[in-house]
Amino acid sequence: MNTKDKSWKILSLIPIIAVLVILTLVPLVNIFYNSFFDIRWDDGKYNYTYIGLENYIELPNNKFYLPGLINTIKLSIFAVFFQMLFGFLIALGISKIKRGKGFFISLFLLPILLPPIVIGSIWRLMYGFDFGIFNYLLSFFGVFPLDWLGSSSLAFTSIVIVDIWHWTPFVVLLLLAGLESLPTDVYEAARVDGTSGWNEIIYITVPLMIPTIIVTMVFRFILSFKVFDEIYLLTQGGPGTSTEVISFSIYETFFESDNMGLGSVMSVVSLFVVSLLIIIVLNVIRRVNKYAN
Amino acid sequence: MRTSTEKLINYIMLSFFAILVLAPFLWIATIAFKTQIDIMMMKIIFKPTLFNFDKLFFSKEATFFRDIFNSLFVGIISTLIILVVCSMASFTMIRTKISNWITAVLFLWVIVFHMLPPITFVGSWFQMANSVGLFNSRIALILAHVTVNLPLGLLIISSFMRDVPTEIQEAAYIDGCSNRQVYLKVMLPLLGPGLFATAVIVFLFSWNDFMVAMNLTAKATQTVPVSIATFSQQYEVRYGEMAAGSLVSLVPALILTFFAQKYIVKGLTAGAVK
Repeated sequence: MNTKDKSWKILSLIPIIAVLVILTLVPLVNIFYNSFFDIRWDDGKYNYTYIGLENYIELPNNKFYLPGLINTIKLSIFAVFFQMLFGFLIALGISKIKRGKGFFISLFLLPILLPPIVIGSIWRLMYGFDFGIFNYLLSFFGVFPLDWLGSSSLAFTSIVIVDIWHWTPFVVLLLLAGLESLPTDVYEAARVDGTSGWNEIIYITVPLMIPTIIVTMVFRFILSFKVFDEIYLLTQGGPGTSTEVISFSIYETFFESDNMGLGSVMSVVSLFVVSLLIIIVLNVIRRVNKYAN
Repeated sequence: MRTSTEKLINYIMLSFFAILVLAPFLWIATIAFKTQIDIMMMKIIFKPTLFNFDKLFFSKEATFFRDIFNSLFVGIISTLIILVVCSMASFTMIRTKISNWITAVLFLWVIVFHMLPPITFVGSWFQMANSVGLFNSRIALILAHVTVNLPLGLLIISSFMRDVPTEIQEAAYIDGCSNRQVYLKVMLPLLGPGLFATAVIVFLFSWNDFMVAMNLTAKATQTVPVSIATFSQQYEVRYGEMAAGSLVSLVPALILTFFAQKYIVKGLTAGAVK
């Protein structure tokens, strides 16, 4: 291939590098810098007071951050588990049918492509105490109305259910792509040997799919750490801290309480934790790909 | 699937999940056409009314037309920027000889950034926008959306870029084309479907974004999702308008899914780490 044309290569990479440096690297440096200051908004400008590590020392005492971090991890684990389970069933189902495939795929695309805030609105209406559909349906069975979002024992489960509903389709998509790229000759050989439907799934499909399953699972796990919109609309982290998540704590501290120093520390710590997980995840993905090839 | 019972069970299972996906939308669609009283009385049979839509668009304090304009404007401009920036960069990184470490570092950073929670960056963007007088401007939101969606754009375009046969590119070089000409006259036309898939997905993600838009905009520049969220925050939750606004905001996704389902599936799968 052509090796000359140096000016083109530089010019074509300048925009992406500019965006990444100015809008991702500078912000990283900025929050790290912020984290050593007490920042107050006064007379139309920010006043920075250097306080060393005080923000960091204060973080464990913050009522919201640590419970939020634990909730985020819990939410990721529970939600991803069910997403994988339902996602695999649905993907398997779709891969086996011939008629109506496009219809089902379009349908299962919807939750990923619609505004999360709408998903929040819909579920908020459905979870409603007085006139939500769930309590309405329960009333037919003589069950007393449940406070889906307002009781600390139930709110977390309610959020997990929404997350499963929201992201299972994404798992379906990735697993379906994996299923459709499986070698067909193995199945033909099994059929000649007279393998039945269930045995085929358990002894052929699942083992062949393990690399895809692992990659999808760890990828989904990391991305669940971004959850914000639904929490904002459904519970605002409450009641108490039962549905608090890291993104919401950072938002609250930085934008609502105007404590930019502490908010920056939360960001720094969150970035550190998520980066550690990303290193693990990328390693897992690399190993799985190596094994698969 | 060989026996017809297995087939039947399979269709029943898929239909069951399909209903689980669809039911919430049908439910909110009925709410949008109910009066506040009918909503509260849980009426199953009701007289449909356009009252909520009327209030959403035409009441005195309504901002919904402007919100839609803001969303479209930010979505379209940020999508165009991403297409240009990512297709150029992707071509140079994948299809020309360039130091491997530049490509490796850029891709690694893009993938890592894609996985980090965006809220950790929004605070800084807010400060930066403020310090240059861009808070509550569409420019700030466009730049933020370009950044947030850039990883997806780069990953999707790159996966399509790898599928373009190298022979065509080599033939163009033999005919004396420079890299710039190959990019403009050979790659871009061949990448048509890939660019379309990227555009659809990136536009939808910009249209759907709530968190970044909420923190970088105020009333005049707010986007549709921000506007919908405000209906739930007043003293009395305005369920009817919330449902009506939600229903309207689904339109782009529904249209694009209907016409471009194949491209979206390909794009979303390509955009995931493989």
